[in-house]
Order: sequence, then C-alpha cells, then structure tokens
Amino acid sequence: MVHFPPPRRQMVGPGRTRCCGPPGAAPAMNCRAEVLEVSVEGRQVEEAMLAVLHTVLLHRSTGKFHYKKEGTYSIGTVGTQDVDCDFIDFAYVRVSSEELDRALRKAVGEFKDALRGSGSDGMGQISLEFYQKKKSRWPFSDECIPWELWTIKVNVVNLANEQERQICREKVGEKLCEKIINIVEVMNRHEYLPKMPTQSEVDNVFDTSLKDVQPYLYKISYQITDSLGTSVTTTMRRLIKDTLAL
Amino acid sequence: MDTDLSSQDRKDLDKFIKFFALKTVQVIVQARLGEKICTRSSSSPTGSDWFNLAIKDIPEVTHEAKKALAGQLPAVGRSMCVEISLKTSEGDSMELELWCLEMNEKCDKEIKVSYTVYNRLSLLLKSLLAITRVTPAYRLSRKQGHEYVILYRIYFGEVQLSGLGEGFQTVRVGTVGTPVGTITLSCAYRINLAFMSTRQFERTPPIMGIIIDHFVDRPYPSSSPMHPCNYRAGEDNGAVYPSVEDSQEVCTSSFSTSPPSQCVFTVTKAHFQTPPPVVTDTLKVPMMGLAFSHQLSSSRLSYQPAALGVGSADMGYPVLFAGGLHAAHPHQLIGPGKEGGVPPVPSQPAHGTQADQERMCTPLDGVHYSAATPSSSEDTETVSNSSEGKCGSPHDLLETIFVRKVGAFVNKPINQVTMANLDIPFAMFAPKNVELEDNDPMVNPPDSPETESPLQGSLHSEGSSGSSTGNTHDDFVMIDFKPAFSKDDILPMDLGTFYREFQNPPQLSSLSIDIGAQSMAEDLDSLPEKLAVHEKNVKEFDAFVETLQ
Repeated sequence: MVHFPPPRRQMVGPGRTRCCGPPGAAPAMNCRAEVLEVSVEGRQVEEAMLAVLHTVLLHRSTGKFHYKKEGTYSIGTVGTQDVDCDFIDFAYVRVSSEELDRALRKAVGEFKDALRGSGSDGMGQISLEFYQKKKSRWPFSDECIPWELWTIKVNVVNLANEQERQICREKVGEKLCEKIINIVEVMNRHEYLPKMPTQSEVDNVFDTSLKDVQPYLYKISYQITDSLGTSVTTTMRRLIKDTLAL
Repeated sequence: MDTDLSSQDRKDLDKFIKFFALKTVQVIVQARLGEKICTRSSSSPTGSDWFNLAIKDIPEVTHEAKKALAGQLPAVGRSMCVEISLKTSEGDSMELELWCLEMNEKCDKEIKVSYTVYNRLSLLLKSLLAITRVTPAYRLSRKQGHEYVILYRIYFGEVQLSGLGEGFQTVRVGTVGTPVGTITLSCAYRINLAFMSTRQFERTPPIMGIIIDHFVDRPYPSSSPMHPCNYRAGEDNGAVYPSVEDSQEVCTSSFSTSPPSQCVFTVTKAHFQTPPPVVTDTLKVPMMGLAFSHQLSSSRLSYQPAALGVGSADMGYPVLFAGGLHAAHPHQLIGPGKEGGVPPVPSQPAHGTQADQERMCTPLDGVHYSAATPSSSEDTETVSNSSEGKCGSPHDLLETIFVRKVGAFVNKPINQVTMANLDIPFAMFAPKNVELEDNDPMVNPPDSPETESPLQGSLHSEGSSGSSTGNTHDDFVMIDFKPAFSKDDILPMDLGTFYREFQNPPQLSSLSIDIGAQSMAEDLDSLPEKLAVHEKNVKEFDAFVETLQ
C-alpha cells in the first residue's frame, strides 16, 4: 500500500495543476524546503553545485529494487566514490553512478552558462526538488507533489588577483564543509519520506530509469536573478521524462 | 522493555547494531587512509552488502573492531570510539579526532526494526561517508606520507575527549532511534593544531606501551607506490625497512616487533671517561629523519619509529644541523664506522665527512677549552672518548676546529691543543701546534696509532715562525696561525702577525674596576674645588647665556 501525503496542490491557473508548476511557486505546505547560500568564483560554480547536489542525492538514492513475488523486494547496492574538486579545496562523496553524474553535470552546466550570460550580475539559484507522482485519471495529468525542496543560492564574485583566488579556494572549501554538515543535519531529522511503494507504484516515487541506482524522483531547475533583482524564469529543465500536459 | 520487542526483532536489532558499528569503523578508517575511495554500485543485490551500501571490509580493521567490542554492543555508558591521530616522522603524535558511536536510553518503541531502523542506519552511514570528508583531518590524511602518518585506535567504553586539546568542535553525524535506545554518531575534532609549532620531543615508548592496538594506516595512495627507504647510496639496511605491501593490504598490524636490535645506535654520554665501544653498522646518519619517516610509512615497521623515535631526535640533530647546535645533546650517534664512514652530510663539505676508516681520531684527552664554549668541550670530550676507532660525526670535528680557533688565542690556560681529526676542510689552515715539542701530541700522539697527518709535516716546518710571539703566554701553546690566502714574505707584517698582535688589546682603563673606583673617588673629592671655580666665573657664564638668548 502506498500512502501518499494528504494532497496539497499548487494551484496555478484554472483547474488542475500542471506537473509541478513553474519554479518560484510556493512549495506545497508539507514540502520541506531548505535553502543554502554560497558565494563562489565563476569557475567554482560547477564544482560547488555538484558537491551539494551529489551530497543530497547520496542521501536520497537507494539501490535498485527487485520485486519478488508476494510483494517483497530486495534492494541493490549503492557504491560511492570520492571526488576532488579542482578549483576548491574540497572533496565530497557521490553515488557511483555515471548516469546520475551526467544528468547533474548537464543541469549544472546549463545553470553555469545562464549565470554567465548577459543580464545577470552573477546571482541565481538552482533548485533540486523531490516529488511524488500521483496518477490522475484522464484527461488530467499526473500531479507532482513535492515533498522536499533544496535551493542553492549562488552569488558569483569576481576576483582581481591570484592571491585572492587562493584565499577563495580555501574559504569556499570551508563553506562547503559547513553546507555538507547542514545537509546531513537535515537528513538526520528523519522527517517525511515517501513510503516504500509496491511494484506498480514504484515509478511514482522513484526514478527507475537509471541502471545502477534508484534516486527518488527529482527535478532540477534554476533561476537567474537579473540586475533588477527580480527573478526571471529563464528555463525550466526537466531531467526526468515526465508526462506533459495535454 | 524487551518484552515489547519480539525476540526475532531483538536479534535483528542486535545484528544491525553490531554490523553498523563494524561498518562505521570501516568507513572512518578508510576515509583516513589517504586514498580516494571508489566502490561500485550493483543493481543486483549480493546479499553481503550491509545497509545496501558498498563498503569494503578491510580485514584487519574488522578484526580490531571486533576485538575492541569483544562481543558487546554499544550501550549506555559503553560507547565505541575510533580515535584518529597523527604521528610525525620524529615521533610526535597528536590526537586529531574522536568518532563516537553511543547509545542512550531514549527508546522509540513504535519504530519498525527490520525496515525503518535498517533504512535509517543506512542513511546514517551515508551521512558518515559525507562527514568524514569534511572534517579537517581528511585533508591532513590525504597528504600523509613523508612527514607524518595517520593512525587509528578503537576502544570501547567511556569516551575520552581529553586528547583533543582546547576548543575542540563537535559535529553530529546523526541519530537513529531504536526500541532499545537511540544510537548517536558524532565526531569531536581538534581545532588547535598549534602543536606542530611547539613540538617537543616525546619519547614514544611510553605511548607505545599504553596504546596496544595502534594501527598504521597505509599511508600512500595506491597510485604512488611506496619506495623502500634507500635514498642514499650505501644504505645497507634494507633488512631494516622491509618493502611495503601492495595496495591491497591496506592495514597491517601495528607496531610489530621489528626488534630494536636491528637498528642499534650508540649513545655516548659526554661524561664518560671510557666510553662504550661505538657500534652501529646499520644506520646511516644523514637524512635519518627522512629515513624514519619512511619507516613510519612502511606499515610493517610501525614499531620502528617508536623505538627509533628516541634515536631519531638525536640523530636528526647532529647531522642535519651540523652547524653545531646539538652540542647540548648528551647522546651522540656515532656514525657507522665500518665502511665508508659517515656518508656525506648535505651541509658539510664533502671531504670533511668522508672520514676514512683508517683515520683514527686523535684523542683529545684533557682538552680544556675556554669557558666560553663549555658545550663544545663536551663535544670534544665526546669525540675524544669515542675515538676508539670510530670517528665522531662530522659536525663534531668541524666544530672542534672552530672552537679551537677561538680557544687558541684566549687568555686562558690550555694544556694541549690537538687535532681531532685531520680530515677537515681547510685543515691546512687550521691552527697548528707549534711548540712544546715534548708535549706536542702531534709529535708524539699518545693514542692514535696510524695517524697520518698531512698537517704534521707543515706543523714542524712552520714551527719556528710563530713561536717568537708565543713567549708571552708560557703555558699557552702558540700556534702559527696561517690565515687563508696569505703569503709569508710579501709584507713584513703579515696578516697572521697582525691578527695576533691585535687579538688581545688591553682592557680599557676605565673599564677596569679598581681604576674606575679610584677615579670616582678622585672625582668626588675634586667636586668642591670645581664648584668654587665655577662660582667665581658666574658672571662670565651669565653673560654667555645672555648672548645665546
């Protein structure tokens, strides 16, 4: 039996919501939201984002489920590996899954390019949202109900000389250590997690498209703040193939 | 309490906690090995991966953890602790972190053991993986190798935080509630790394005795294989430093019993009159610090550094700081005498140190140097006392020479001045013994058999030139000071003579006490007269002052 949380919908527009409405909409009421802020140099953006996202996903991934008869299932094994950062004095642990790494790198790469683009003064945020799907009957699309939202606000600084860059390497390394500790603290609260699904429901909870690990369903989106300080929705990227609205 | 928990659940829970403890230790130790860890994800469960995480099991670590636990589980007041410490190549050690797996009484009865507890333990292990990379010791452990290694120790019982210094910080990795209590995993880590700058030489044997299961983590990353400690040509103690196992054997047993006899080094006390024979054959003195650090890295020999920690301090000093500091050390490593003598010390000129085996040190019996350099007299005594066939470490000899130069002209009685070793740089220019033929040890060296002294010839030949000026100091051996690059016959007054004549200027009269006292008394007496004179001239002084204004 899969128990979904009591439905809280993001009402955007008439009728049913699109799957997980535009970014910037208020998360559902029982969606846990955490915000982290970092100030980094331009070339550190990618590694810093990857470090945070991988750390979160490490905690939010399990091994592949193998359902057996009678509703029991066994869980595969999650491997880990150390990653050293080149531009930051920092190392982190990520799940040993090339597919997952590629997906995250793609999203972070786009975010970085958007940050560098014109109209931005180096401020933006990237969000990692975990959600559950609730199937709805035709003609309505499935609902996406987020249950955890991680937002990383980024401020890109420009440094003048090598000495400052060296200091920045160390400082950002220390900051990221703090962020990891914060993330672990949140994870440790053992707050709401979707119940383990039955075989038929597993795709509503987990992303089963990867071949070696199984993270909870997630999506990554980002916003760039333009110099006026208003958040402008530039792109919303879906990394999971979701059924789109009609 | 237990009645609420079915026996199967209880058994499961105990098993979970036990394996969780073992895996925790594995994660912590592996994170401090200095290597990047990489394990593969596997979609098909192998059944042996506890908590659905691919964490390798290093057998020695498991063995040690089981030994520490001794069949018990963490409970209230009985915590499992993993202590991570750093040990330098000189033998100093410092505790860096303490990871504690504790249990408290707060129970969560409703929780499902086989499912929720298991998954939460799995999550906690993931958090541990993340946190172990975030504490300061991680970066230290990644850089371990030459100068220091990271060690771990597991103990079970009360948590001891005293070794972490002041102001240590704590980070909580996480907690998991179970029906029998709440498991807490936390880390206390040292902030104050100032130890490094104020290090004192600990004698490691006592620490060795207390910590019986200190293990050496394999210090080198697998990508850079360790080299055995043979940096210098002529190093012949390969037996002492066995090569390191390959990367698969990550941890080896601890201070295994490489017996200290393999590395014997003598300790010659400065006060000995008849010194014990100087032995060692194995240790090459220079760069011993490095050799020891390598030893430290060699996982087999982790005991070695402890034993040698005593010696390394001594050895490090005389050679590496051969400029001559160590004289205060009562212990001296007498370098190997067997072959080749002391190998070159980087800071010393080469020929000075390659003492030939055949060249015996001339004893310096009864050398009394001026009080100005008392420590050096210790040295020379040491050298003399150790002259039985081995030469003192090069710095001694060089220092001896330096000292003698000063001492030769000091207005203090010196019975004899002898050459310690003739293989010193610029020996030709060193002060020579000139006169007092009968007492001249160079002429009749008492104890040194085959002294080939290239100096002796020149000593005698120049003997006369210096003696004329030597008569002023009867019991003082005048030696013909032949400064470098000077020629005898160019100037009537050569540099040496000039130097000698002006070496001992008379003391200033005002500085001598009795004259000073005398003049002071005279001054005081003459004051009234002077005042009277001044009073007479008052008008002139006033006029003068007015012209100034």
